[in-house]
Amino acid sequence: MKFGVVVFPGSNCDADCFYVLNNVLNCNTKYIWHKDTKLNDFDCIVLPGGFSYGDYLRTGAIARFSPVMSELFNFVKKGKFVIGICNGFQVLLESGILSGAMLRNKNLNFICKYVYIKVENKNTPFTKFCTKEILKIPIAHKDGNYYIDSQGLEELKENNQIIFRYSDKNGNISQDTNPNGSIYNIAGIINKEANVLGMMPHPERSSESILGSSDGILIFKSIIKWLSKR
Amino acid sequence: MIEVEVYISLKETVLDPEGLTIKKALNSIGYSEVLDVRFGKYIVLKLDIDDKKTAEEKAKEFCEKLLANTVIETYSIKIK
Repeated sequence: MKFGVVVFPGSNCDADCFYVLNNVLNCNTKYIWHKDTKLNDFDCIVLPGGFSYGDYLRTGAIARFSPVMSELFNFVKKGKFVIGICNGFQVLLESGILSGAMLRNKNLNFICKYVYIKVENKNTPFTKFCTKEILKIPIAHKDGNYYIDSQGLEELKENNQIIFRYSDKNGNISQDTNPNGSIYNIAGIINKEANVLGMMPHPERSSESILGSSDGILIFKSIIKWLSKR
Repeated sequence: MIEVEVYISLKETVLDPEGLTIKKALNSIGYSEVLDVRFGKYIVLKLDIDDKKTAEEKAKEFCEKLLANTVIETYSIKIK
């Protein structure tokens, strides 16, 4: 089982993702420079958070054309796993691998705090072996206000693609538990084939209890268990 | 050489938090006549193309591919 962490110019959560997978979970993990296109060896690739290309033009808009991305399309088609976290999620949206787009947060602030997310779809590789229904995971973004048109939202609902929604610690979902204005409190979605996950909260920043929560590691553990059972 | 101006803004159906904040700011400093503000981007490109029609077609291609995200944004092109 081999994990890859893509490094775009401006990625800044790459080392955190690498550390969690390699050191905390003892998985074989390698960095993938954004100009590398050899992805065959990997089972799961993480697009980490950060500010690729300085967030110029739009978040993720330029990274989406990095050489690694053209190969990532084939990687996804083969049914292999991809997790895009924060800026990685934005890159997946810009590339069209996941549907929708990110707007500036409703209050225009950069929000950096712990939030609760409710697991809405437990039957995915990313959540099937996740032992909790409500996860405490931090967000850190200015452009996390997820948008999709009403038809697109209906499709996401019909196909159970909405995997995480912002909630309170008891799993109640309302506008009060929506930190950034995201439509339908969406914090994370998957593609129809359920092998690509995009999420704004940072599981790699909440994978050891010393950091205030270790709920994030449950997502990585779920994917590891899924891969080992195949 | 042809100069092209590209204007990008959020679609009317998409909430524009920056535009809304600017509107509130203008209202709060006394400009009550401001009813709506839409915030956007302005990009100037110089193209090594002599034909205006080709320049417009190319600029459209740039917008569709990179400059605008047509899920949330609209764009307009002005050839100078």
